[in-house]
Amino acid sequence: MTPFLALLTRDLRLSVREGGGAVLALGFFALVATLVPLGVGPDLNLLAKMGGGILWVGAALAALLSLDRLFQADYEDGSLDLIALSPLSLEGAAFAKIAAHWLSTGLPLTLLSPILSVFFGLSGSAVIALTMSLAIGTPAVSAVGAIGASLTLSLRRGGLILPLIVLPLLVPAVMFGAGMVLEAQTGLTNGAVGFLAAFSLAASLLSPFVAAQGVRLNLAG
Amino acid sequence: MFDWLFRYANPARFMGLSGALLPWLWSAALLTLATALYLGFSAPPDYQQGRTVLILFIHVPAAIMATNVYACMVVASLFSLINRHILADVAARTAAPLGAIFTLLALITGSLWGKPMWGTWWVWDGRLTSTLVQFFLYLGYIALWNAIEDETRAARICAVLALVGAVNIPIIKFSVDWWATLHQGESIMSGNLAGPFLVPFLVMMLFYMLLFVCLWLTRIRTLILERRLRSLMGAA
Repeated sequence: MTPFLALLTRDLRLSVREGGGAVLALGFFALVATLVPLGVGPDLNLLAKMGGGILWVGAALAALLSLDRLFQADYEDGSLDLIALSPLSLEGAAFAKIAAHWLSTGLPLTLLSPILSVFFGLSGSAVIALTMSLAIGTPAVSAVGAIGASLTLSLRRGGLILPLIVLPLLVPAVMFGAGMVLEAQTGLTNGAVGFLAAFSLAASLLSPFVAAQGVRLNLAG
Repeated sequence: MFDWLFRYANPARFMGLSGALLPWLWSAALLTLATALYLGFSAPPDYQQGRTVLILFIHVPAAIMATNVYACMVVASLFSLINRHILADVAARTAAPLGAIFTLLALITGSLWGKPMWGTWWVWDGRLTSTLVQFFLYLGYIALWNAIEDETRAARICAVLALVGAVNIPIIKFSVDWWATLHQGESIMSGNLAGPFLVPFLVMMLFYMLLFVCLWLTRIRTLILERRLRSLMGAA
């Protein structure tokens, strides 16, 4: 097995086992999707209008929950030092970790979203657009999140700072993701899918390099 | 290439030069402020906006500084990462709160201007939204600095964040062209600002820049002195 695959499967295994947080993210997502309709009232027309945006915000926040474990847990128990010494470059390791985070968080959130969209009375085409947009956009959430996770990995209270530095950078994902749902609902072409795909690809390709730099700076001191 | 610059990157030499320059810079800043206020208040009322056009003189320079200060931070962060110089670390760190205040000032004055002109305190327009994001980027940067105890490590890590956050600068700049919603387009460089408003604006812009340089230098000096004091206390 190549070092890349070894790290990927290890991270995946850790995420689904006890204390991994993959299931917690799903629970958090489902709770957001339950609380918002209870808060704003059961008007399905209003909820359908907001649904795309709310579910996107919920998914992004849920994906952030498990980010502090991406590097921090490995830093605390020393395995990050071993990963840094392995034949796999830190950039490659960061990419493997981002991929594992997406497979254990972004993908399940995407698959759960059609079920939760029932709460918001989304039409069939809107549900398809939402699922598609999450499939395209959640890799960007994992990738941008990994930058924040790498910069805060040695902080004791990194979990509090992480959302503050990651969420402003996720504005395009939420905006264009919800934009795809809006396009399906209104029928007005807005090109959101192109922007979302571009952002997601660029973030996934560039963030391993930034995250590896962040890990290096934290391990050096 | 930057040899001439690094001669002043020596903290002792920097303290000498900045200490000699600061009184002059402060005097120049106060003088331009007085001139700008006089010119601004003697400018004629706009035929549509009346006296509210005066907000232009504090809003536009603040908004320009909101991005320019970030650009200063990015340059300092680059020097911090590449040359690992302590003065670059301190310069990047001290620019952030100043930039955050300029951004907040731009948001508040824009809101006060938006109410009479657009009929609303806030719209989710491209320029407004990207400026608000800019404010949060400053806050995140400051929070990260304060959370990391080791100053040298904090400087490097925050420098990476500053470089990542730089993607927002072109978004702010071109937001008025990409989403042509409510905020008006570029009108200074394109010569669409009439003379009676242009001159007070330019003087006020000069004041904002001088003010930033004065506050920045003062803050850098304070941090260098603080660091010196700490090492003295540690040695005693």
